[in-house]
Amino acid sequence: MANYFQPEIECAPLEKIRALQNELLPKQVRRVWENVPYYRKKMEAHGVTPDDIKSIDDMHKLPFMSKADLREAYPYGLLAVPLKDCVRIQSTSGTTGKRVIIFYTQHDIDLWNDCTARAIVAAGGTKDDVCQVSYGYGLFTGGAGLDGGSHKVGCLTVPTSSGNTERQIMFIMDLHATILCCTPSYAAYIGETFKEMGYKPEDIPLKAGIFGAEAWSEEMRRDIEKTLGIKAYDIYGLTEISGPGVSFECAEQRGMHINEDHFLAEIIDPDTGEVLPEGTQGELVFTSLDKEAFPLIRYRTRDICTLTREKCSCGRTHVRMTKPKGRSDDMLIIRGVNVFPSQIETVLMNNGYAANYQIIVGRVNNTDTFEVKVEMTPDMFTDNLGEIQARRKVLEDGLRAMLGIKAKVTLVAPKSITRSEGKAVRVIDNRKI
Amino acid sequence: MSVNQVSVFLENKPGTLNKLTEVLATNKINIRALSLAETSEFGIVRMIVNDVFEAVNVLKENNFVAILTPVLAYAIADEAGYLNALLKNFSDAQVNIEYMYAFAGRERAYMIFRVNDTKKAEALLNGNGLKSLTQEDIAAV
Repeated sequence: MANYFQPEIECAPLEKIRALQNELLPKQVRRVWENVPYYRKKMEAHGVTPDDIKSIDDMHKLPFMSKADLREAYPYGLLAVPLKDCVRIQSTSGTTGKRVIIFYTQHDIDLWNDCTARAIVAAGGTKDDVCQVSYGYGLFTGGAGLDGGSHKVGCLTVPTSSGNTERQIMFIMDLHATILCCTPSYAAYIGETFKEMGYKPEDIPLKAGIFGAEAWSEEMRRDIEKTLGIKAYDIYGLTEISGPGVSFECAEQRGMHINEDHFLAEIIDPDTGEVLPEGTQGELVFTSLDKEAFPLIRYRTRDICTLTREKCSCGRTHVRMTKPKGRSDDMLIIRGVNVFPSQIETVLMNNGYAANYQIIVGRVNNTDTFEVKVEMTPDMFTDNLGEIQARRKVLEDGLRAMLGIKAKVTLVAPKSITRSEGKAVRVIDNRKI
Repeated sequence: MSVNQVSVFLENKPGTLNKLTEVLATNKINIRALSLAETSEFGIVRMIVNDVFEAVNVLKENNFVAILTPVLAYAIADEAGYLNALLKNFSDAQVNIEYMYAFAGRERAYMIFRVNDTKKAEALLNGNGLKSLTQEDIAAV
């Protein structure tokens, strides 16, 4: 059985998608030119005007946007509608502590919810389902995104948010939840807890899971599927572009369909910015074609992946992207949270320490471990164990406040952090993804 | 007079203490007393050595974090009951001991105390006729 939320567009022939994109892009470019001085200045500096953009073939003439632009224009500099037309913000942590804030009109929320609804339906969701959203609610887009999609589909939505695993399990069992939405590591954790409590996969009412916001391997997928007795679907997105649902997996589990009627994808060479042909690995770039409040044009995601237009047997025609294979910057995703090494540096400096540190990320029982090694300095050292532990705790609290997740701070001997060619190795990622 | 103790940060893993003693051995620094406090990840070595300033210098040169900490040292008879009598003075003067360690010499035994306010503790104990050892005293033991 085919599962589509909006079959007329999800399965539209390529020509129809292209025609829509060719109609939307010039309009969107003209709109930001007229309403957002920041864009106008950027385009002028790049020697391009809306008249140069007649179709998506002219894409390459437009300048790129990056996280640095978002930081510079913070908070209102990229708004393309009057603030009174906005109904919501979401936010993500940015570099050096500055957050990124994204605005939405009701139209933007609707199209975002359509996207997550497509993902839920692709995972087999109908209005007969009970959809438990165990992504965090709040500024993070996970909870709000899947919640909205679940409403659109007409599922009974159970907004448990993340955490309190025993309560999660109580709701799954008592309300017969059939779809679980959360990060893959949390899904694995819920699975382990079920197991410890003596439940077998066949005792668990769940049939599907929609998991995203962090990298996970095929092995991890099989593991979660076995423990929970479900089929696990990947979902991709980023707050800057709207949130989860920019792309999603169908039952084929062979790449994620990008919602091309809203988000135009390109793959570029991260070094030269040159657009690469289909099937080539490179950096993913998105343009939001019809968002009103905060439309990003050629936004560099820094995610490295490949696009394919090979026919998918699910019937959807939208281009598919592979799981991101890595990043073209130094951002890490730990337990679903974006972490930049520079943020850790900031916490160290704020506490009066030198930036001699190393981040070690690993994965134990499908959950990310996050350790920050800090070189002991004469300033930090005292003769008193309790005092040193207290100073270490101050650093851990500072990291938690900055990043929103807990890091374990380990104090190491001076000059003990590995240096290659004189340059300290800042990140060791031992996760096998 | 208080005595300078050398306090050094060490990671809690095989070989780190040996690296420290190697630096001291190479530089002909004699350790008179040593105690080790540890957590699961790191430890603090506390030492009385014959040349504290030289010890700190060579340790720093070899990438150790080393500082000087003032401690009080007392010599007592190496016989039953003398530590008890010494500590009674601390109790009576309400001096809190953060940590202590001890070593026995040829004739007497030596007790090293870390207290939070060294000067005040020393004054209080001095009032009871207890004279703490100087750096020279302890080097000559």
